[in-house]
Formats: sequence, C-alpha cells, structure tokens
Amino acid sequence: MSAVTATVQALPAAGGPLRRLSTALYRRRHLALLLLLAPPLLWFGVVYLGSLLALVWQSGSTFDDFTMAVTPTRTWANYRALLGAANLDVVARTLGMAAAVTLACAVLAFPVAYYMARHVTGALKGFLYVAVMLPMWASYIVKAYAWTVILAKGGVVYWFTGKLGLLSALEWVLTLPVVGGSSLSTSNLGRFLVFTYLWLPYMILPTHAAIERVPANLLQASADLGARPAQTFRTVLLPLAFPGVVAGSIFTFSLTLGDYIIPQLVGPPGLYVGTMVYTLQGSVGNVPLAAAFTTVPILIVGAYLALARRLGAFDAL
Amino acid sequence: MSIAVELLEVSRHHGAVRAVDGVSLAIEDGEFFSVLGPSGSGKTTCLRLIAGFDLPGRGRILLHGRDASALPPYERDVNTVFQDYALFPHLSVLENVAYGLRVKGVARREREREAEAALEQVALGGFGARRPGQLSGGQRQRVALARALVNRPRVLLLDEPLGALDLKLREQMQVELKGLQRRLGITFVYVTHDQGEALSMSDRVAVFNQGRLEQVDSPRALYTRPRTVFVAGFVGTANVLSGALARRVAGGDRPVSVRPEQIRLGEPGGDQVGVTGRLVDVQYHGPVSRWQVDVDGTPITVSLPNGDEEPVRPAQGAPVRLCWPRAAMVELEPAA
Repeated sequence: MSAVTATVQALPAAGGPLRRLSTALYRRRHLALLLLLAPPLLWFGVVYLGSLLALVWQSGSTFDDFTMAVTPTRTWANYRALLGAANLDVVARTLGMAAAVTLACAVLAFPVAYYMARHVTGALKGFLYVAVMLPMWASYIVKAYAWTVILAKGGVVYWFTGKLGLLSALEWVLTLPVVGGSSLSTSNLGRFLVFTYLWLPYMILPTHAAIERVPANLLQASADLGARPAQTFRTVLLPLAFPGVVAGSIFTFSLTLGDYIIPQLVGPPGLYVGTMVYTLQGSVGNVPLAAAFTTVPILIVGAYLALARRLGAFDAL
Repeated sequence: MSIAVELLEVSRHHGAVRAVDGVSLAIEDGEFFSVLGPSGSGKTTCLRLIAGFDLPGRGRILLHGRDASALPPYERDVNTVFQDYALFPHLSVLENVAYGLRVKGVARREREREAEAALEQVALGGFGARRPGQLSGGQRQRVALARALVNRPRVLLLDEPLGALDLKLREQMQVELKGLQRRLGITFVYVTHDQGEALSMSDRVAVFNQGRLEQVDSPRALYTRPRTVFVAGFVGTANVLSGALARRVAGGDRPVSVRPEQIRLGEPGGDQVGVTGRLVDVQYHGPVSRWQVDVDGTPITVSLPNGDEEPVRPAQGAPVRLCWPRAAMVELEPAA
C-alpha cells in the first residue's frame, strides 16, 4: 500500500566509435552475417571450388605423347584412357583397400567410442580423448616410416609373434593370395594395418559424438520392452549412431582413396590412384590424365554419399 | 489378493548418498500404487530398481513372488512409461508401439495389428505412420503408454508421466489413466512429486523422504492421519505445532498437526481448544480465503470458506481468536 516513487534517468548517450559500430551492426543483422561469412565463403568458393573446376577443365585438355605438350583442345581421350584395363585395375585396388580399411576402422572404433561415451567420466574421459588424438599430433610421414620398421622382418611384430609361438601362422597368412607377400612390410596386410592405424582416430571421434547424442533412456526403454543387448544394439543404438559412423567412414574412405605415401612405403608394388596421379603429373608430365584420375575419388565419394543416404544414414540427424 | 511387487529391506547407495535406504513395501495385484516424494527422495531410484535399470546394493525385489533382484530389465514382466517418453526417434509411431512385440519375434502382420489396436486404446488410431517428432507432448505421452501396454505387462511403471504436460492436459490425462487402469486391471506403480495427483488417483500412496519410506496408506488415511511431521507437511497443508504450544493445546510432548480447514474463528466450545494470535495476511483463493495468523511465533494457516459477501476482517496485526476440535489434532512422530 505504499506509494511507489521512481526516478527515470536517461540512458547515457552512445559512447565511443566501437560501441557505435556494434550498435550499427546489431541493427543490420545481414551485414554482420556477411562480414562473418565472407572469409570462409571466399576460401571455399574461390580457392576450393575454383581449383576443383580448374582440375575438371584440365582433365579435358589434350596431351601430346611425342612433344609432351598440353594443349587446351577439348577431348574425351583422358577418360577413355581411364577406362583401360590397367587403369581400372588401379582404381579397383585403391577402392578395395579403402573399403577394407573403412570396415576395419568402423568395427574397431565402435566399442572404443561406446566405452568413451557411456562408461567413463571426468579425468579418464579426458585422458582417452587425448589418447585418441595424440597420434594426430605426430607427423604422418614419421608414423609411416615407423611402421615400415615395425612390420619389417626382425621388427617388433615378428619378434612378438615369435614370442607367442605364432610365427608359422604369420608365415602361412603371408602365403595367401592378395593379402600376403614376402614379408609383412611388403604385403597388402601390412599396408592395411598401417592405413587402419592412421585413420582410426577419424572414425572414433565422430562415432563417439554420435553415440553420446543417443539418450540413455532410449537404450533403457529398449531393454524395458524386452530387447536383449544384441537386439538393442541392432535396432536402436546402431541406427541412431549410424550417421556418426558414416561421417567417420567418409574420412577413412576418402583419406585412403587419395593417399600416395603409404602405398610407396609399405606393401607390394602396384599403383594406387594417389600414386598414379603423383607419377602422372610429376615424372610423366601428363597433367590432363592425372586430372582425370583425380575425378575418380570425387565420383566414388559422391556415389558413396548417395548410397549412405539411401540406406537412411542421415534419417536420424 | 496376491502381491505383485515386493521390496524387502532394499538399499541402493550412490557413493555416500543413500538414494534408497532400507525400504520394504508390498504392492498388491491390480492396485494403483503411487510413490510420492520431493525430488531426490529416492522415488525414481525405487522405480528404476523395480524396472531393473538399477540393481539393489542390499535387499531383495520380488515380482509376483519370484526373486527378480538380479534380473536384467528384459527378463522382467514389467514395462515403463518414461518421464520424457523415450520414444525411438528413428521409428514411426506404429513401429515404436510394435517394438516390444518385434523383439519377441511376433510376425510383422500380427504385431502391426496389435500395435494399431493399442494406439486406438489411447485414442491415437491412424497416427501410426507419423514420426514421434511430429506429435505434441500429450500425443507422445499416449504413444509411450500404448508402447508399454501392447506387451500386456502385469505391472506398469510410470515415472512422472504427466510432468511435462500443462495443467489442463494433465488433469484430463489423470482421469484417462485412472480409467485405463481400472479397465485393464493392471498394477500401476506411479511415481510423482505432485501430492494432489497422488491423492486423487491412487488406491494407496507411499511417501518417500531422503531415501526412506515415511508412510504407506490410502489417500484419506494419509491426509487425515499423517504419521510424521514430513508427511503432514508434504501431503496437503498442515499446521504443525510443537514445543510449548503443543503442550498447551494437546497436553503432550509430541508435535501435533491440524489441517487449515479444521480451524475456525471465535471462542472454543466444549470439545475444542483455542489460541490467540495476530493476523499477518489474508489471501483470496476463490472458494476459500487463507488467513495467515502468528501464534507466539508459530505461523498458522486457516482456510475459511468464502460467502457471497465480503466478510468483516480485522486489521493486520490485530489479535484473532482461533479454535478447532480436539479430535482434529493428529499426534506426530517427532522428526528423526
């Protein structure tokens, strides 16, 4: 019942130029957005898409085998060459490895990601994050060379297999076609191991993020409705975490598809798409065919994304 | 009547926190049983223990006489309606409802027919093709209910199922839930922090406080004969008198409780007791007005029915005489 007295004070007049600027930007939201987006748009639009278009344009140029000269005359010859048996072999070899590495990474990453997302908290979780990401701090080349030593005859793997008394089993595996070779470091198995090691963190992180987003009570609800753990995994957890696995697989798949170092250091001879491009534009100087080769991973990843979409990988996003 | 759910000396401690501490109770078959308490009182942990999401540290849990203490949720013949529904976002409404039958291996045609029937039971026939994300809160609530009921559980656990709904919808769903329970004859174990909800729907109510069971009784007994200071204060509004005031009006050392609607203004009659206090405030609540009176430092709430005319009201701070029947006082156990 007491009377209310209020003193109304005028707000202080607009202050310095910075304050006036932020006020002006607040009133013009579009301008602020444009200023923020201009650098990344310039980067992606001009540098990235521009070089991609230059690449595609280059793949239609003519290469003269005798003079080694590139002329801008339009031709489909490079793409016809791409469809030759030897070149298709290169594509198939790369594709097979990328698929195998992706599958292995997905299978290995899921339990790790699940454990990190559902079972650990606090300091241990932080430790696991660092443990997964720490290998990314080391130079890729250093790791690749380290693996040539690890896998070589007389290396750690041979020594350890010997200690376990499984040397004959390893020798037998290396006699298998496709997988095997004269030693681990010159076999496809060795190359597969190195790729899987290198790209595993790229699969663990998105899978972990996806599993973490699945509410715990959905898994409880599933069990409550009578689903055994395997059924809950198949019908609830995996479908909901699948976008994360697909995101990870895009990394592992395209990184393997484009790599040109590992195939030179570990494993049997035989070109990959990456090494092919490297050789063509370097020592051979056939830039148009190299450009045509680079369109292969682009097309494959595009097809892969379309397939993932059809499988419903993005439904739960 | 047989016992549907029985807890025997059940404890569940999270570190030093005693979420549930030595609780024993028996829920009868076909009963609408509410578990009432403030947040952190252990009522939800209690439900999780019955469902199997959590296992007791000590004690035993029996479901229909069978020891279920160590059984995983998928081995228990109970189903849960979750507080935030926990519908599967990647499945359609029909697939959500049919989920329990699907994992039990029921053929698609049959499980879809049953799911459709369950949806009709909760007045959502024809909504099967939608995704949970396209439904309103109340509709999701019904889907969660249908998803549990389609399994024909003998016990349905409901974890604050109406907590996220607005008042009107909540009152409507209370009536529907009660009707559904009566029609199906299933045991409902209903967790809530809303004492009004617990009183209006339940056959019996268990009141939890700090992990311990305070009292299990019918709603009427709980309201008219609260056993502890906590129950008196949590279920409805109570005036708890203790110390010298309790000795003066009740003649004992124990605290006593008087409901606001038992108190009248004026001089005490034959079987009544009287006190004098000062009027602090009067709040208008429609059918009643609540008078806040200070009696020697103890705040007393008096609920007086409102007539058509504005009553003559003493000024704030003026002395008022209060009286109530001796029988209206309930002796309480002293707080532990």
